[in-house]
Amino acid sequence: MAGLMAGFGHYTHAIVRGIPASLAKEALRTNQAEVDLDKARTEHDAYVQVLRTRLGLEVVELPADESLPDCVFVEDAAVVCGDTALITRPGAESRRRETEAMKEALTDLNMNIVEIADENATLDGGDVLFTGREFFVGLSKRTNQRGAEILADAFKDYAVSTVPVLEGLHLKSFCSMGGPGLIVIGSSDPAQKALKIMQQMSDHRYDKLTVPDDLAANCIYMNLPDKGHVLLHCTTDEFPESVKVFEKLKDHMLIPVSNLEKVKLDGALTCCSVLINKKKPDN
Amino acid sequence: MTTEASSETEVKENAEESAAQPDQSEKATQETQEVLNTEEEDKEKGKVKEKEGKDGKGISRYLPTWLKKQKSLSQTSPTKETPPTEEPTSKVTEEEEVSAPEVNGHAEEAEEKEEVKSEPVKEKEVESNSNGSADTEPAKEEKLEESVQTTPEEKKETTKEADVAEEEKKGQEQETQAEADVQEGDGQTSIFQSPFRLVRKPKMKVVVCHVTLLDGTDFSCEVEKRANGQYLFFKVCEHLNLLEKDYFGLTYKDTHDEKCWLDPMKEIKRQIRSNNWQFSFNVKFYPPDPSLLTEDITRYLLCLQLRDDVAFGRLPCSFVTHALLGSYTLQAEFGDQEPDQPRPLDFISQQTFAPNQSKEMEEKILELHKSHKGMTPAQADIQFLENAKKLSMYGVDLHRAKDSEGVDIMLGVCANGLLVYKDRLRINRFAWPKILKISYKRNNFYIKIRPGETEQFESTVGFKLQNHRSAKRLWKVCVENHSFFRLNAPEPPTKARFLTLGSKFRYSGRTQAQTRMASSLIDRPAPNFERTSSKRISRSLDGAPVISITEAGRDTTENGHDPNLELQSDSKSQMRVHGDNIYVRHSNLMLEDHDKTQEEVLKHQASISQLKRSFMEAPPPSPPQPSQWEKRLTSSPASTIRIQQQQVSLEEEIASVLLSRHAGLSASEASCSIPDLTLDAAVTTSSAATPEPLELLLSIPPTLSSTEVSVPQMETASADNAISDTKEPAKTTEVEIEETVVIQEVSKATKAGNVTVTSNSPVGPPAEQESSEQKVRSDEEVVVVEEENQTRQESVSSESESEEEAEYHPNVTTSISNTQIPEEKEEEDKLEEEVEKVEPEVLAAPAPSLPAEISQPAEETPQEEEEPRKETEEGMKDEVEEKQDDPETEESTDDPMLTPDETPKSFVPPEVEEEEQEEPKVNGEASAVDAEPRPHGICCSELPVVKTEMVTISDTFAAQKTEIATKEVPIVHTETKTITYEAAQLDGNGEGEPGVLMTAQTITSESLCTTTTTHITKTLKGGLSETRIEKRIVITGDCDIDHDQALAQAIKEAKEQHPDMSVTRVVVHKETELAEEED
Repeated sequence: MAGLMAGFGHYTHAIVRGIPASLAKEALRTNQAEVDLDKARTEHDAYVQVLRTRLGLEVVELPADESLPDCVFVEDAAVVCGDTALITRPGAESRRRETEAMKEALTDLNMNIVEIADENATLDGGDVLFTGREFFVGLSKRTNQRGAEILADAFKDYAVSTVPVLEGLHLKSFCSMGGPGLIVIGSSDPAQKALKIMQQMSDHRYDKLTVPDDLAANCIYMNLPDKGHVLLHCTTDEFPESVKVFEKLKDHMLIPVSNLEKVKLDGALTCCSVLINKKKPDN
Repeated sequence: MTTEASSETEVKENAEESAAQPDQSEKATQETQEVLNTEEEDKEKGKVKEKEGKDGKGISRYLPTWLKKQKSLSQTSPTKETPPTEEPTSKVTEEEEVSAPEVNGHAEEAEEKEEVKSEPVKEKEVESNSNGSADTEPAKEEKLEESVQTTPEEKKETTKEADVAEEEKKGQEQETQAEADVQEGDGQTSIFQSPFRLVRKPKMKVVVCHVTLLDGTDFSCEVEKRANGQYLFFKVCEHLNLLEKDYFGLTYKDTHDEKCWLDPMKEIKRQIRSNNWQFSFNVKFYPPDPSLLTEDITRYLLCLQLRDDVAFGRLPCSFVTHALLGSYTLQAEFGDQEPDQPRPLDFISQQTFAPNQSKEMEEKILELHKSHKGMTPAQADIQFLENAKKLSMYGVDLHRAKDSEGVDIMLGVCANGLLVYKDRLRINRFAWPKILKISYKRNNFYIKIRPGETEQFESTVGFKLQNHRSAKRLWKVCVENHSFFRLNAPEPPTKARFLTLGSKFRYSGRTQAQTRMASSLIDRPAPNFERTSSKRISRSLDGAPVISITEAGRDTTENGHDPNLELQSDSKSQMRVHGDNIYVRHSNLMLEDHDKTQEEVLKHQASISQLKRSFMEAPPPSPPQPSQWEKRLTSSPASTIRIQQQQVSLEEEIASVLLSRHAGLSASEASCSIPDLTLDAAVTTSSAATPEPLELLLSIPPTLSSTEVSVPQMETASADNAISDTKEPAKTTEVEIEETVVIQEVSKATKAGNVTVTSNSPVGPPAEQESSEQKVRSDEEVVVVEEENQTRQESVSSESESEEEAEYHPNVTTSISNTQIPEEKEEEDKLEEEVEKVEPEVLAAPAPSLPAEISQPAEETPQEEEEPRKETEEGMKDEVEEKQDDPETEESTDDPMLTPDETPKSFVPPEVEEEEQEEPKVNGEASAVDAEPRPHGICCSELPVVKTEMVTISDTFAAQKTEIATKEVPIVHTETKTITYEAAQLDGNGEGEPGVLMTAQTITSESLCTTTTTHITKTLKGGLSETRIEKRIVITGDCDIDHDQALAQAIKEAKEQHPDMSVTRVVVHKETELAEEED
């Protein structure tokens, strides 16, 4: 049945984007760090490989744009839920044009495109946590109230609650979904506070999986035919303690994905793809 | 109505008793009102007993309070209910025998009016009645009236003999006959009679009501002009063939064109104001899981509502969802799409599926429609609902408001709680369990929030509504939604009490739990109904109702209902009590209690059956009793510990709940036995359990020897004759405290005497009673202590009584079951104990569950010993503080002394002296007890106060501003001025006297609201009986009040009214709100 809110984690397509050479020097970052472009590219290739080969998603790879150093972090450019894609208006001025290619790609995929016309609104996809039943939008340096309102307007079926992001770049810098009704959350104070707020604001109950490292809390959950629960998460190299926590998820197919370089640019796992479920309308 | 019918009935009835004749006229006359009341009580009591006897008797226990009550009332005249078109006779019989939902449905009838009349709203009553009585009273009526006088006695006897069923019948017959009689003696009938004989009486003024149904059609029916909302509602449901009606309601447009829910308990005429008898039938409570509805017809109606909600944007949804829902609608209404002859697009265009329906959407709808092939209408409805219910705004009733910073927001009331939206965004959410109190005052709406894990105190969040009306409307919706979704049984409406000018509104229908239970018992073939838009006949999926009663019950249980709950919800009153269990304790003392709680819970469960019985003793909502008010508390020495507590603590609330509960039970009992002298009688009865008080009471002669207009010590802090300008006199808070304290003292008394005994041996019933009493009280003591603590920290109190405000303390339903949160359990325990205690008192009979209870006191003892000590210390401190704060406190200096003295005593074996001392208090309590006719769910109902506390500003965003969340800003700034006038001689010793509320009257002018409450206290002093009259005048208004003048006026009036009395004390307490309200 083509019911509302069915099939959380079902994805068929992924949109990714190449890494421009400008990434190393010009990409935005919250703390100064040297980024090794080659390593980053290798890392990203591996990431795409997992999506394409290991998970069998249809991957749409957008070409890198040298004028858009952050363009690899496609998540911020669009929020896709069901058949609707909201093209965002990124909070960082330098990233606004990233949405153009994204919009094209989504149009090609036949999504219902919603755009943000409001000049006062900013919204980064990284601030949008979709739980399967509702949205939480982090109000951060990159996302404002107006942006959240527009998101709420675009996805009318769902409750959209706002959550202040006091530390970290995005809401999803310290949390993500680890399964239906399972929120993976970092153990820092701001992360825990944010979780509390989310729980308070929600009519639904969520389980939580607390990982020692905030950055490790960003993982990618999918529910794929033949594979069941799939979780892409950080590697032991990066966050050994957090990996131990993930390993407790017995029902999940766990796939560690390295993110050493991109993380220097505040890029987490979810940042590098937009996942889409293009299923037949009848089932 | 049909004369034929009535005569038929008459014939039948004639064979039976004729004693009943008076019923009719009795009701009609104002003078007989009292009698009527008693009679009702009798009946009710009888009913209760009956229930007790035949416990399993079914549905009736899931009926809402009003229904039950009503039933007892309306039994008297079943024929009235009969719609004109049906044969009355059969109906009558049916009703007599079966207590099935349908019957209830009918039972609501016109009778309500009477009920309403008998409700606390005395003033109104008088008003309306006097209108009627302006006409000359027919001789016949007088005659009847006389005979009426005797009726109660007869009935009482019957009741005692306990064949209630018979009695009920009798009642019915009586009524019917009376009715018939009246009809025959037509010429005589006066206007009074009209209320009773709604439908029948040709002279009745009848109005045609137009009700817009969910399918858009109009339903018209004639309704007696004074019929109440329920009558019309049931008419409509009957027309719709709807049994699961509790999810629905009628709305009307008020004079400001805003949609309001028609209160079933009130006269329609009084609600609609304009003469526009136009209503619409709507879903009032959206079932969170529509699949749990029993009948397809109910789901169909829900679908109709939702289709409308969706089509007009009240329920926002996405394009895809619009299309999906639309496609199910098509399937339900038109069935499979014929592939060979697809419906033309323009056909679809005629239907509204979405606010801005595009061609694209219509195509999508058609496309999706194809995929539903083979789906029956009922299945399509189910699918529709399954999708609709997931929408985030499903069942959310939005109200425009501003937060404390003036930002426009929306408040959404739903099954789970209160949601706060800014634009489309949810910015906060308060689940029902988090909400301790809901109140409104003028255009402000407040919710008091349970403290979070890390916070120490409750916070209050305030919102501004557009105006007073919208605040009230929101408040009502909250009260109703909370009751419906969260309680097992509705709480009884509050009764008039001292200073209660606030709304007494409570949800009066069945709760979701009850309605589910009831509908699981629906036993009729699934009704065919026509889908109006398509004229499609709908057969139920499941065909005939297969559900056997037991299965159905189980089903419901499985659907997320704790079976225990259901089991225990035998009587509404019981449920009511459980409903109160929410309050959380944060005091350490209480926490200590925790451990015990577990065991106690178990024990209590052992005695659940007993509990049940005791609760059954509690009559359903009964007519108001003048004694209502808890002044008793007021005048008690308990006031000793003067806690000037501004922040109302939970504990306090609990305490008052307990008190009232207790009071309620005994009071009702009392009133049953002694109709006229309600107060005194009640006192006696209720105190029967406690030997000493009883004596005392009896010895009090009803004579008034010395009289004074005096300010009872209680009021100390605030002022008795408080003439306060602006809205908040501080007294109410104090009153509450006093309540608590009173209890406390009483408990000490008991304690001293009995603790030891009880704890050691399972003695007789009396011992047990006392012990349980003791226990309860000890809890309350804790409470007090804690309050004191809080007191110091908070100041700024305000209170007000104006019609423009009301409070509601949401209770958690969950009640008895062990699964409860510990905190709740605690409460529960107390309540249960309270109940147990009351029962023995009332019945003066040994309780089966003795053993279980007996051990409690023992456990309690150590704790008790500690508490008083603390209390004393703190009490002293507090007093000191208060003295500084409050000039008035001086008066009560003697009171404080009591506390220290008493405290030690509580450890010591009982002393005669002490007991003597305590007696008056006990009395005080007893009277207090009687004052309250029946158990109250909500403590808030007791306290007509809105306590203005520290209000956390910008709470709307509290969730967002995690870091500033603790910032608290008082929202109301008040300036307090107190003037005390005291006559030379002051009778200051703190003897608690039972107080009697004589009058409570409110006069509202444009800018001022004046409330005068008169309270008469009789005391026995050295053989002399002394009467004190205390008057409390509260003037609330927006403009300046010359308090000097007001004071002078008050004194003058007092002297005029009671020339033989002397004014001993006048206290003026003035509070000014400094902050201007931004409107």
